[in-house]
Amino acid sequence: MVSDRSPKLDRVFHALAHPARRTILRSLADREQSLTQLAAPLKMSFPAVSKHVRVLERAQLVRRRVVGREHLCRLHAAPLKDVSDWTEGYRAHWERNFLRLDALLDQMQAAEADARRQKTKGNAGWRREAEGSR
Amino acid sequence: MTTPSDREVVITRTFDAPRRLVWEAWTRPELVAKWLHGWDDWRLEVREMDVRPGGALRWIWHGPKGEQMGLRGVYREVVPPERLVHTEIFDEDWTGGETLVTLLLTEETGRTTATMTILYSSREARDAAIQTGMADGMEVGYQRLDRLLASIDGEA
Repeated sequence: MVSDRSPKLDRVFHALAHPARRTILRSLADREQSLTQLAAPLKMSFPAVSKHVRVLERAQLVRRRVVGREHLCRLHAAPLKDVSDWTEGYRAHWERNFLRLDALLDQMQAAEADARRQKTKGNAGWRREAEGSR
Repeated sequence: MTTPSDREVVITRTFDAPRRLVWEAWTRPELVAKWLHGWDDWRLEVREMDVRPGGALRWIWHGPKGEQMGLRGVYREVVPPERLVHTEIFDEDWTGGETLVTLLLTEETGRTTATMTILYSSREARDAAIQTGMADGMEVGYQRLDRLLASIDGEA
Protein backbone atom coordinates (compact mmCIF):
# COMPACT_ATOMS: atom_id res chain seq x y z
CA MET A 1 0.00 0.00 0.00
CA VAL A 2 1.13 3.52 -0.76
CA SER A 3 0.70 5.76 2.25
CA ASP A 4 -1.03 9.09 1.73
CA ARG A 5 1.78 10.73 3.68
CA SER A 6 4.58 10.01 1.30
CA PRO A 7 7.04 12.73 0.28
CA LYS A 8 7.96 10.51 -2.65
CA LEU A 9 4.35 10.51 -3.86
CA ASP A 10 4.17 14.28 -3.31
CA ARG A 11 7.11 14.71 -5.67
CA VAL A 12 5.53 12.47 -8.30
CA PHE A 13 2.17 14.30 -8.17
CA HIS A 14 3.95 17.65 -8.25
CA ALA A 15 5.97 16.50 -11.26
CA LEU A 16 2.81 15.37 -13.07
CA ALA A 17 0.98 18.61 -12.31
CA HIS A 18 2.32 20.49 -15.32
CA PRO A 19 1.34 19.96 -18.97
CA ALA A 20 4.91 20.47 -20.23
CA ARG A 21 6.23 17.78 -17.90
CA ARG A 22 3.50 15.37 -18.94
CA THR A 23 4.39 16.05 -22.57
CA ILE A 24 8.04 15.35 -21.79
CA LEU A 25 7.13 12.02 -20.15
CA ARG A 26 4.98 11.07 -23.10
CA SER A 27 7.71 11.75 -25.63
CA LEU A 28 10.25 9.87 -23.48
CA ALA A 29 7.93 6.85 -23.46
CA ASP A 30 9.04 6.12 -27.03
CA ARG A 31 12.78 6.66 -26.77
CA GLU A 32 15.69 8.37 -25.02
CA GLN A 33 15.99 12.02 -26.06
CA SER A 34 18.32 14.94 -25.58
CA LEU A 35 17.21 18.17 -23.90
CA THR A 36 17.40 19.88 -27.33
CA GLN A 37 15.09 17.28 -28.83
CA LEU A 38 12.67 17.65 -25.92
CA ALA A 39 12.67 21.44 -26.21
CA ALA A 40 11.72 21.54 -29.91
CA PRO A 41 8.04 20.42 -29.83
CA LEU A 42 7.42 22.31 -26.59
CA LYS A 43 8.54 25.61 -28.15
CA MET A 44 10.45 26.29 -24.95
CA SER A 45 13.87 27.62 -24.22
CA PHE A 46 16.59 25.18 -23.29
CA PRO A 47 16.78 26.44 -19.65
CA ALA A 48 13.01 26.15 -19.25
CA VAL A 49 13.02 22.53 -20.42
CA SER A 50 16.04 21.83 -18.26
CA LYS A 51 14.10 23.12 -15.24
CA HIS A 52 11.16 20.83 -15.97
CA VAL A 53 13.47 17.86 -16.44
CA ARG A 54 15.03 18.58 -13.04
CA VAL A 55 11.58 18.40 -11.42
CA LEU A 56 11.00 15.07 -13.17
CA GLU A 57 14.40 13.85 -12.02
CA ARG A 58 13.65 14.74 -8.41
CA ALA A 59 10.49 12.62 -8.67
CA GLN A 60 12.69 9.86 -10.15
CA LEU A 61 10.55 9.81 -13.26
CA VAL A 62 13.46 10.69 -15.54
CA ARG A 63 17.08 9.55 -15.58
CA ARG A 64 19.70 11.68 -17.27
CA ARG A 65 23.10 10.75 -18.69
CA VAL A 66 25.67 13.04 -20.22
CA VAL A 67 27.30 11.98 -23.49
CA GLY A 68 29.81 14.58 -24.69
CA ARG A 69 27.83 17.81 -24.79
CA GLU A 70 24.45 16.09 -24.90
CA HIS A 71 22.22 15.50 -21.93
CA LEU A 72 20.21 12.37 -22.74
CA CYS A 73 16.98 11.74 -20.82
CA ARG A 74 15.05 8.55 -20.47
CA LEU A 75 11.86 7.57 -18.74
CA HIS A 76 11.93 5.75 -15.41
CA ALA A 77 8.29 4.70 -15.02
CA ALA A 78 8.41 2.89 -11.66
CA PRO A 79 7.08 5.82 -9.55
CA LEU A 80 4.00 5.97 -11.80
CA LYS A 81 3.03 2.58 -10.39
CA ASP A 82 2.68 4.20 -6.93
CA VAL A 83 0.26 6.72 -8.40
CA SER A 84 -1.87 4.01 -9.97
CA ASP A 85 -1.79 1.90 -6.75
CA TRP A 86 -2.89 4.91 -4.76
CA THR A 87 -5.96 5.47 -6.92
CA GLU A 88 -6.79 1.77 -7.32
CA GLY A 89 -9.01 1.41 -4.24
CA TYR A 90 -11.26 4.27 -5.25
CA ARG A 91 -11.65 2.76 -8.68
CA ALA A 92 -12.36 -0.67 -7.14
CA HIS A 93 -15.17 0.80 -5.06
CA TRP A 94 -16.91 2.12 -8.15
CA GLU A 95 -16.15 -1.01 -10.10
CA ARG A 96 -18.21 -3.05 -7.62
CA ASN A 97 -21.21 -0.84 -8.37
CA PHE A 98 -20.51 -1.01 -12.09
CA LEU A 99 -20.36 -4.81 -12.14
CA ARG A 100 -23.85 -4.83 -10.67
CA LEU A 101 -24.93 -2.24 -13.23
CA ASP A 102 -23.58 -4.53 -15.99
CA ALA A 103 -25.82 -7.33 -14.70
CA LEU A 104 -28.82 -5.01 -14.36
CA LEU A 105 -28.40 -3.71 -17.94
CA ASP A 106 -28.22 -7.32 -19.18
CA GLN A 107 -31.51 -8.02 -17.41
CA MET A 108 -33.12 -4.88 -18.86
CA GLN A 109 -32.02 -5.80 -22.37
CA ALA A 110 -33.25 -9.38 -21.94
CA ALA A 111 -36.60 -8.11 -20.67
CA GLU A 112 -36.94 -5.79 -23.68
CA ALA A 113 -36.07 -8.60 -26.08
CA ASP A 114 -38.63 -10.81 -24.36
CA ALA A 115 -41.29 -8.15 -24.64
CA ARG A 116 -40.54 -7.79 -28.34
CA ARG A 117 -40.75 -11.55 -28.85
CA GLN A 118 -44.04 -11.74 -26.97
CA LYS A 119 -45.42 -9.00 -29.16
CA THR A 120 -44.37 -10.69 -32.41
CA LYS A 121 -45.60 -14.04 -31.15
CA GLY A 122 -48.83 -12.39 -30.03
CA ASN A 123 -49.31 -10.84 -33.46
CA ALA A 124 -48.50 -14.11 -35.19
CA GLY A 125 -50.95 -15.96 -32.94
CA TRP A 126 -53.62 -13.40 -33.60
CA ARG A 127 -53.01 -13.70 -37.32
CA ARG A 128 -53.24 -17.49 -37.15
CA GLU A 129 -56.46 -17.24 -35.21
CA ALA A 130 -57.86 -14.78 -37.68
CA GLU A 131 -56.90 -17.04 -40.56
CA GLY A 132 -58.36 -20.10 -38.80
CA SER A 133 -61.71 -18.41 -38.30
CA ARG A 134 -62.05 -17.74 -41.94
CA MET B 1 -9.92 6.74 -13.35
CA THR B 2 -7.90 9.94 -13.65
CA THR B 3 -7.31 13.09 -11.63
CA PRO B 4 -7.19 15.84 -14.28
CA SER B 5 -7.00 18.67 -11.74
CA ASP B 6 -6.38 19.16 -8.01
CA ARG B 7 -10.05 18.94 -7.13
CA GLU B 8 -11.37 16.41 -9.61
CA VAL B 9 -11.68 12.70 -10.11
CA VAL B 10 -12.88 11.34 -13.44
CA ILE B 11 -14.17 7.80 -13.71
CA THR B 12 -14.83 6.32 -17.15
CA ARG B 13 -16.55 3.01 -17.79
CA THR B 14 -18.11 1.39 -20.87
CA PHE B 15 -21.30 -0.66 -20.66
CA ASP B 16 -22.53 -3.17 -23.17
CA ALA B 17 -25.96 -1.57 -23.49
CA PRO B 18 -27.60 1.34 -25.34
CA ARG B 19 -27.49 4.77 -23.72
CA ARG B 20 -31.27 4.84 -23.22
CA LEU B 21 -31.03 1.92 -20.77
CA VAL B 22 -27.96 3.22 -18.97
CA TRP B 23 -29.78 6.52 -18.47
CA GLU B 24 -32.76 4.66 -16.99
CA ALA B 25 -30.54 2.66 -14.65
CA TRP B 26 -29.04 5.94 -13.42
CA THR B 27 -32.25 7.94 -13.06
CA ARG B 28 -35.05 5.56 -12.03
CA PRO B 29 -35.12 5.18 -8.21
CA GLU B 30 -36.03 1.48 -8.17
CA LEU B 31 -33.18 0.71 -10.58
CA VAL B 32 -30.58 2.87 -8.82
CA ALA B 33 -31.27 0.96 -5.59
CA LYS B 34 -30.36 -2.28 -7.36
CA TRP B 35 -26.76 -1.39 -8.16
CA LEU B 36 -25.49 1.71 -6.36
CA HIS B 37 -25.36 0.19 -2.90
CA GLY B 38 -21.56 -0.13 -2.72
CA TRP B 39 -20.69 -3.14 -0.57
CA ASP B 40 -22.72 -6.20 -1.44
CA ASP B 41 -24.22 -6.63 2.05
CA TRP B 42 -25.41 -3.03 2.24
CA ARG B 43 -28.76 -1.73 1.02
CA LEU B 44 -29.51 1.60 -0.61
CA GLU B 45 -32.74 3.29 0.40
CA VAL B 46 -33.75 5.82 -2.24
CA ARG B 47 -35.91 8.07 -0.13
CA GLU B 48 -36.18 10.89 -2.61
CA MET B 49 -35.06 11.22 -6.19
CA ASP B 50 -36.75 14.01 -8.10
CA VAL B 51 -34.79 13.91 -11.33
CA ARG B 52 -35.37 17.38 -12.76
CA PRO B 53 -33.46 20.65 -12.36
CA GLY B 54 -33.82 21.81 -8.75
CA GLY B 55 -35.20 18.41 -7.69
CA ALA B 56 -34.01 16.86 -4.44
CA LEU B 57 -31.98 13.73 -3.93
CA ARG B 58 -31.93 11.76 -0.68
CA TRP B 59 -30.13 8.45 -0.43
CA ILE B 60 -29.50 6.42 2.72
CA TRP B 61 -27.23 3.39 2.80
CA HIS B 62 -27.92 0.75 5.45
CA GLY B 63 -25.21 -1.62 6.64
CA PRO B 64 -25.63 -5.19 7.94
CA LYS B 65 -25.03 -4.05 11.53
CA GLY B 66 -27.52 -1.20 11.39
CA GLU B 67 -24.98 1.37 10.20
CA GLN B 68 -26.37 4.31 8.28
CA MET B 69 -24.81 6.66 5.81
CA GLY B 70 -26.96 9.40 4.37
CA LEU B 71 -26.41 11.70 1.44
CA ARG B 72 -28.46 14.57 0.09
CA GLY B 73 -28.20 16.67 -3.00
CA VAL B 74 -29.95 18.63 -5.72
CA TYR B 75 -30.18 17.91 -9.45
CA ARG B 76 -28.78 20.79 -11.46
CA GLU B 77 -28.99 19.63 -15.08
CA VAL B 78 -31.11 16.83 -16.51
CA VAL B 79 -30.69 16.26 -20.25
CA PRO B 80 -31.90 12.75 -21.13
CA PRO B 81 -30.28 10.53 -22.16
CA GLU B 82 -26.87 12.17 -22.05
CA ARG B 83 -26.17 14.58 -19.22
CA LEU B 84 -26.98 14.52 -15.53
CA VAL B 85 -25.49 16.96 -13.03
CA HIS B 86 -26.17 16.94 -9.31
CA THR B 87 -24.65 18.23 -6.08
CA GLU B 88 -24.17 15.94 -3.11
CA ILE B 89 -23.08 16.09 0.48
CA PHE B 90 -22.89 13.35 3.12
CA ASP B 91 -24.75 13.82 6.42
CA GLU B 92 -21.52 13.24 8.27
CA ASP B 93 -19.49 15.31 5.93
CA TRP B 94 -15.89 14.18 5.75
CA THR B 95 -15.27 15.66 2.33
CA GLY B 96 -15.22 19.29 3.51
CA GLY B 97 -18.27 20.47 1.63
CA GLU B 98 -20.51 19.83 -1.30
CA THR B 99 -19.27 17.94 -4.36
CA LEU B 100 -20.56 18.38 -7.90
CA VAL B 101 -21.09 15.20 -9.92
CA THR B 102 -21.41 15.36 -13.71
CA LEU B 103 -22.41 12.26 -15.63
CA LEU B 104 -21.97 12.20 -19.39
CA LEU B 105 -23.25 9.30 -21.50
CA THR B 106 -22.11 8.70 -25.07
CA GLU B 107 -23.19 5.83 -27.28
CA GLU B 108 -21.26 4.10 -30.02
CA THR B 109 -22.42 0.97 -31.84
CA GLY B 110 -24.77 -0.02 -29.06
CA ARG B 111 -22.25 0.45 -26.27
CA THR B 112 -22.38 3.30 -23.82
CA THR B 113 -19.47 5.10 -22.23
CA ALA B 114 -20.20 6.82 -18.94
CA THR B 115 -17.83 9.60 -17.87
CA MET B 116 -18.36 10.71 -14.31
CA THR B 117 -16.57 13.84 -13.13
CA ILE B 118 -16.57 14.43 -9.39
CA LEU B 119 -15.53 17.93 -8.39
CA TYR B 120 -14.59 18.20 -4.71
CA SER B 121 -14.54 21.38 -2.67
CA SER B 122 -10.76 21.20 -2.22
CA ARG B 123 -7.73 19.13 -3.03
CA GLU B 124 -7.67 17.81 0.58
CA ALA B 125 -11.30 16.71 0.23
CA ARG B 126 -10.55 14.83 -2.98
CA ASP B 127 -7.48 13.14 -1.54
CA ALA B 128 -9.41 12.11 1.57
CA ALA B 129 -12.15 10.59 -0.58
CA ILE B 130 -9.63 8.65 -2.65
CA GLN B 131 -7.88 7.48 0.48
CA THR B 132 -11.16 6.23 2.00
CA GLY B 133 -11.94 4.37 -1.19
CA MET B 134 -8.49 2.87 -1.10
CA ALA B 135 -8.87 1.47 2.43
CA ASP B 136 -12.19 0.03 1.38
CA GLY B 137 -10.81 -1.46 -1.80
CA MET B 138 -8.03 -3.19 0.11
CA GLU B 139 -10.44 -4.58 2.67
CA VAL B 140 -12.66 -6.11 0.05
CA GLY B 141 -10.01 -7.29 -2.33
CA TYR B 142 -10.45 -8.68 -5.76
CA GLN B 143 -11.39 -12.18 -4.68
CA ARG B 144 -14.68 -10.81 -3.40
CA LEU B 145 -15.64 -9.62 -6.84
CA ASP B 146 -16.16 -13.23 -7.88
CA ARG B 147 -18.51 -13.84 -4.98
CA LEU B 148 -20.29 -10.63 -5.81
CA LEU B 149 -20.81 -11.68 -9.41
CA ALA B 150 -22.10 -15.08 -8.30
CA SER B 151 -24.59 -13.43 -5.93
CA ILE B 152 -25.87 -11.17 -8.70
CA ASP B 153 -26.42 -14.21 -10.91
CA GLY B 154 -28.28 -15.87 -8.04
CA GLU B 155 -30.61 -12.91 -7.63
CA ALA B 156 -31.32 -12.57 -11.32
